[in-house]
Amino acid sequence: MRLGSPAKSGTAKTEQIILFRVSGQLFAVSSASVQEVRSADSMSGAAVEINAPGIRKVRQVVRRGDRSLFIVNGAMHFGLHAAEGALLFVLRKTRTALLVDGIEKMTSMTRLQSLPLSFCHEERQWYRGLTALDQTVVPVVQPQGFLSPEELALLDSALVETDHAAAGALQETDPEP
Amino acid sequence: MTVSVELELQSFVLLRLGERRFAVSAKQIAELVAPSRVFRFPHRTPKLEGVILRRGRIVPVCDVSELLLGKKLTTRRFYLIAVRNYGSQKEWVAVPVSGECELINLEMMSASESDAPHVAGWLSHDGDVIEVLNLDSLTPGPALAAVKPEGPQVAEVHP
Repeated sequence: MRLGSPAKSGTAKTEQIILFRVSGQLFAVSSASVQEVRSADSMSGAAVEINAPGIRKVRQVVRRGDRSLFIVNGAMHFGLHAAEGALLFVLRKTRTALLVDGIEKMTSMTRLQSLPLSFCHEERQWYRGLTALDQTVVPVVQPQGFLSPEELALLDSALVETDHAAAGALQETDPEP
Repeated sequence: MTVSVELELQSFVLLRLGERRFAVSAKQIAELVAPSRVFRFPHRTPKLEGVILRRGRIVPVCDVSELLLGKKLTTRRFYLIAVRNYGSQKEWVAVPVSGECELINLEMMSASESDAPHVAGWLSHDGDVIEVLNLDSLTPGPALAAVKPEGPQVAEVHP
């Protein structure tokens, strides 16, 4: 039994992507989804510790004006061996700064295949699809897939608690007038 | 008196997993291919190993031996590329097998209610009773109600 052959592209559009590694595993993300690439060290000074129950992949948050960016450890998100991330991708239109090992290269893809329906668990939120590049298959991540609305709600309430605790500590150390 | 019995012969592919033989309806088989590189990436679906590249398609690899035999295959000779139904959608899935496959024409005995969901029926062949596999039940996939037609499987990219 034959299925329809893969779509052929006459004037193939391309999408610029960044190939990056997390715990040695290769992933791709659309360049248009990455607002900034920063070294993890450059952000660490501005980062505040956060501890939301059940969300081990987020340990730090960065405040930018009235916006909070949650630093997601890519290795923990994907269930890979823990690795010290060296770079942060600030993902556009999200509240995620993704901690990755490093950038492999920038390239372009012409085809994105939907994730086969056999993959039927969380990975459907993680990936936009798969692409074949140089005889290898690379998952293309979904920027919105790193933190679900439920996780964001938990992180926000943990952030409020952190702020209260910090305010309380500050009051205790303030000298009496 | 002569009783004429009309046999409903159907084509099946006999496959070997370890020491056991199973069958799949030939209508569900796309091709038999030599093992190629399996590309692995993080996911949470049990039984799926990764994907292979076949004729420009990305095909998931699903090892069904653990469920059928209770252990993983130690040797793989081929991948049987089968068509898996997801509601109205069809996709290829690669099933590793450990021996030659054979095409046979036989009448299938229907499965009974007491049979496991992965049993589509039974064949009597060469003195063996062989399970006909229901790959739709044996391989992972979303609940049927959750399957909604998506766009084309392979699309040009749109940033």
